[in-house]
Amino acid sequence: MAFFEGNKMTAGYGDGPDIISSCSINVDRGEIVAILGPNGAGKSTAMKAMLGLLNLKSGSVNIDGKDISKFSPHDRIKQGISFVPQTRNVFAELTVRENLEVGAFLREDDINKVIEEIYELFPILKEKKSQVVGQLSGGQRQQVALGRALMIKPSVLMLDEPTAGVSPIVMDELFQHILKVKETNVAIIMVEQNAKQALSISDRGYVLVTGENKFEGSGKELLNDPEVRRSFLGA
Amino acid sequence: MELTNAIILLLNYTILPALTYGSQLALGAIFVTLIYGILRFANFATGDMMSFGTMFAVLLTYYFQSIGISFGVLPTALLTIPFAIFMMIFYMLTIDKFVFSYYRVKKSPPVQLAMVSVGVMFVTQAIIRIIIGPFDRRFLDGEKFILKATEFKEMTGLSEGLTIKSTQVLTIFITIVVVSIMFWFLNKTKTGTSMRAYSDNEDLALLSGIDPKRVVLITWVIAGILATIGGILYGLDKSYRPFVYFNNMLPIFAAAIVGGIGNPFGAFLGGYVIAFAEIFLTYAYKKFFAYLLPEALEPNSMVQLLSTDYKFAISFSILVLVLLFRPSGIFEGKKI
Repeated sequence: MAFFEGNKMTAGYGDGPDIISSCSINVDRGEIVAILGPNGAGKSTAMKAMLGLLNLKSGSVNIDGKDISKFSPHDRIKQGISFVPQTRNVFAELTVRENLEVGAFLREDDINKVIEEIYELFPILKEKKSQVVGQLSGGQRQQVALGRALMIKPSVLMLDEPTAGVSPIVMDELFQHILKVKETNVAIIMVEQNAKQALSISDRGYVLVTGENKFEGSGKELLNDPEVRRSFLGA
Repeated sequence: MELTNAIILLLNYTILPALTYGSQLALGAIFVTLIYGILRFANFATGDMMSFGTMFAVLLTYYFQSIGISFGVLPTALLTIPFAIFMMIFYMLTIDKFVFSYYRVKKSPPVQLAMVSVGVMFVTQAIIRIIIGPFDRRFLDGEKFILKATEFKEMTGLSEGLTIKSTQVLTIFITIVVVSIMFWFLNKTKTGTSMRAYSDNEDLALLSGIDPKRVVLITWVIAGILATIGGILYGLDKSYRPFVYFNNMLPIFAAAIVGGIGNPFGAFLGGYVIAFAEIFLTYAYKKFFAYLLPEALEPNSMVQLLSTDYKFAISFSILVLVLLFRPSGIFEGKKI
């Protein structure tokens, strides 16, 4: 049994059709799992269902063996699940340090130590700590977004297209940062469009098609699977 | 000597009154900007909410006077501020629970909430009419002047007198204290930061574990404090006419927009911009020039750019000009 798992999840928005059906995703601590698939495959939806942003019609979500299917997003965050949305994932009008402070809103203890740890992980943030985030570059903002999400010391980190809209160089840098986060024993789930690069740093990957698990396997297996290559990697 | 007289004249009739009036507008404008920034609608009940809070101060002042409580040289009304604030916050939270929260949960567009606030305005006006009536009331007691014109003349030997009213000093002093505490709260405390975060990006604030209900509650509490204190200071300085507050909404909104709506520090400065503009443009400068110019050049007219009846036209013109040319406000600065 994995640390964080979504089992046979079926869900949709409101009364609309099911976007994901019987979709299962699991991840262990210190592991990166990529969710891939064509547009409209339900990648983000699967992740939002695990966060509780939409209700499951069937299936369950467990963390560390505990069923949290009925928990609100707020209560799931308290269980140590952190989420970085694809867009608007920073407080643009607050300074870097304030962004981190807000990320630690649920922490009662002294947050200065955690902030120092985040600065160690993302040195650029220390340099820019008093700057308003709206003035930072795209790559720096993504680091702020990651930093904010890490402030609660999550056991699970979910990233919705962390490299959307950044240049290839920044993308490589971000992936390096994500690998560093992995080393702190966090379970990471990410939805990615840049499938090849994502798989190259992932331990495992899931390919979703029309809301169902189509393929799954280690990063290498998926990269070398001829059908996956043809359909999703464009090679 | 003539120059000193001219400066004293301006100080007495324009600068001091403008600083006082500006402080009163500033408190109202910060109220507007906070509600706009955090609850995301233009609150047209602002003026009447200020009046509502002041009404309790007036009633309590009369009650305190009747049982013989006074505040020495200071106005008794100052003692009533905590009670008036309490009643005001209670009223605001009640309105929020039964009216605004319904539209907030439904995620209604801001214009709908603004229209709802017009409804709240009418209801508030009606309640005020029922409780205290529409009449003009004075509730200022204690020492009226800190410095009288005759005393000033004796002291300095100048022909121009300077009057400092206690309400002027109280208004400026209390405004600075209240606004400083509020900025400290917004910028330096955890709760204040969470409010700014909520205002900036509501969804991400939720994902960070910020409780929106608490943010809304604290916003109304701060708004209640600002509205009541602003209203009482204005009432002490002029007199309490319940429906004058409604008219004051124009300069208050103008101040909030000049400062960049959603930016509390801008709103604070905006209050003074509007007040100085209104007073400088409607003051009759005849005597001022009489001091400065040789007798031959003395103006015959009043040298008044606009009649004081047009002071709202000045706020309105500034409002329109800012919206046309600098819609994000004339001051740089962080939004709430």
